[in-house]
Amino acid sequence: MDAIYLDNNATTRVDDAVVAAMLPFFTEQFGNPSSMHSFGNKVGLAIKKARLQVQELLGAEHESEIIFTSCGTESDSTAILSALRASPERKEIITTSIEHPAVLALCSHLEKEGYRTHFLKVDEKGRLDLAEYQRLLSDRVAVVSVMWANNETGTLFPVERMAEMAHAAGIPFHTDAVQAVGKVPIDLKNSKIDMLSLSGHKLHAPKGVGVLYLRRGVRFRPLLRGGHQERGRRAGTENSAAIVGLGLACEQAMRHLHYENTEVKRLRDRLEAGILARVPRAFATGDVDNRLPNTSNIAFEFIEGEAILLLLNKFGIAASSGSACTSGSLEPSHVMRAMGIPYTAAHGTIRFSLSRYTTAAEVDRVIQVVPEIVAQLRRLSPYWGEDGPAAEPDQAFAPVYA
Amino acid sequence: MWDYSDKVKEHFFSPRNSGAMADANAVGDVGSINCGDALRLMLKVDPDSETIVDARFQTFGCGSAIASSSALTEIIKGMTLDDALKVSNQDIADYLDGLPPEKMHCSVMGREALQAAVANYRGEAWQDDHEEGALICKCFAVDAVLIEETVRANGLATVEDVIHYTKAGGGCSSCHEGIEEILAKVLAERGESFVPHAVELKEAARPGQVEPSGRLNNLQRIKRIEAILDAIRPQLKRDHGDIELVDVDGKTIYVNMIGACSGCQMEAQTLQGIQTRLIEDLGEFVKVVPSRAGSYSRAACHV
Repeated sequence: MDAIYLDNNATTRVDDAVVAAMLPFFTEQFGNPSSMHSFGNKVGLAIKKARLQVQELLGAEHESEIIFTSCGTESDSTAILSALRASPERKEIITTSIEHPAVLALCSHLEKEGYRTHFLKVDEKGRLDLAEYQRLLSDRVAVVSVMWANNETGTLFPVERMAEMAHAAGIPFHTDAVQAVGKVPIDLKNSKIDMLSLSGHKLHAPKGVGVLYLRRGVRFRPLLRGGHQERGRRAGTENSAAIVGLGLACEQAMRHLHYENTEVKRLRDRLEAGILARVPRAFATGDVDNRLPNTSNIAFEFIEGEAILLLLNKFGIAASSGSACTSGSLEPSHVMRAMGIPYTAAHGTIRFSLSRYTTAAEVDRVIQVVPEIVAQLRRLSPYWGEDGPAAEPDQAFAPVYA
Repeated sequence: MWDYSDKVKEHFFSPRNSGAMADANAVGDVGSINCGDALRLMLKVDPDSETIVDARFQTFGCGSAIASSSALTEIIKGMTLDDALKVSNQDIADYLDGLPPEKMHCSVMGREALQAAVANYRGEAWQDDHEEGALICKCFAVDAVLIEETVRANGLATVEDVIHYTKAGGGCSSCHEGIEEILAKVLAERGESFVPHAVELKEAARPGQVEPSGRLNNLQRIKRIEAILDAIRPQLKRDHGDIELVDVDGKTIYVNMIGACSGCQMEAQTLQGIQTRLIEDLGEFVKVVPSRAGSYSRAACHV
């Protein structure tokens, strides 16, 4: 039985053609693109091509707006810290309570250094309140950073509109688009977005390469200084093989964008509807009418996510969970808590994230397996009775909490 | 993915004694819904002999919480209540061939459910007496609440103090930033500020680096092992425990845990930390095994 991989928001399989395009850059085209000889020159040309391929997918106006980095996290840190250093008199940051840790932990840390971060709240579907956002925009704010799509629920945020609002208030706008790039159309030249982060391994390119889009004219302070690579904006010898791979992956993502938003979306909907029809006391989290086409996050009440994942893994199915235990922390997902999902459901959330490699047969197999796994764990659960939740589950089982 | 032992997996995939028990006369409900675990332990106790005739559980929790519950019911069946109360969470972890440090609280929950069930049988009220915080030191499984309380109670001011009092930070040292943050917070409460050391302090009892001239002979090696244990000893003595070197057989170092360290719920973690320290200082892989009990050796090997 082949393994079924439905954890594509965590990372993706590198496309075969991408691997093939990368291989010569380890052995034949190994030169340093900064070198004057022909070894280096060919690599320089290949990186230039990759830059154009990324530019095309992002709809950026200029190729020089594309800066290659080592990962999405580096792009996020570079963007936010650059904005702070460029406006040292501004001591406030606006972001959201449901960002990826790459932004969330950085902003929390900056609070220790004297910055004030406003974490925008979300409603029960994970939606932002733009009126609250509008009230916070002031000349004390150095940067706004809002993710394009949430990694756990797939919920999309109105970043284009929020960028316009930030610009009207004279504030630079950054978006962590790591989950969105390659899944939804992006046209940066017709937006007010100043900076955008993407990560190669989320779109079938290898790990260890990312991009920071930096709109021409936006004031910038590099994170890494040194050599003249990336026009002095990101020093360090280029990861040429990975950059070439990312370029081709972007070209392929562009080609598959329609497929992603039709076929992949159809399979995602079929998976979600199939599970919800067969499993009682389960619901999809996030803004289900406005989310990435590949993501479904389902809360299974009264059971715990890690236990579900272990049983899914036994059937060769890979997914992920917002439960505390999968991360080793003591709290369930901050995204689920921000949406006010009760603990007994937040711990039982499972994220299924599809890709263009996902097949209908795989989806049907998951629909077949999940109900039995959930039933098996509910038979162990103190919140569950004979064939349904215990009447008044919270009173039937009210443990002494440590 | 957690590095679960085969026994944990086996008890998770095929839990023993799961499900409700209609005629239970001792029930313990405990949990930590924040961290995603809750457990109901149900016992049938023979009133004459106070023996546990049957035990069942229902658990809302992860793989190791379910496996720990299953192990607990297997361990205590047939025991008297008094004997059952002597079962430590380390016994539960040992029964399962060890648990990852982040998961030790799953075995703590099993022990607490047992205490709660016995209290319920005896008509007493059971009070939970520990609070759990975010895990700071992964080498010795020490959480933020314990560190903060220890810093406050003993007026500690440096990372070295914290290592000596709690063992937290005494292994790989990756968590020192987290410890410094706790120190800064508590020191601020008493109107002081945290003063870090710019470079690592030289520890007086720490043995010197391996001579470049060559390998240690057996006597030198054993002396060095003793010196390393001497360096660790003050930390153990703070907890009213001690360690003694019994034998060195190739890569295996046999030790005796003495006093409070013996049978302590953190024994496996302590041994793991000592092993890490020995490996670092000797520059070779060694295995630390308690000479007295085979059960602990599995836990200690579980690195």
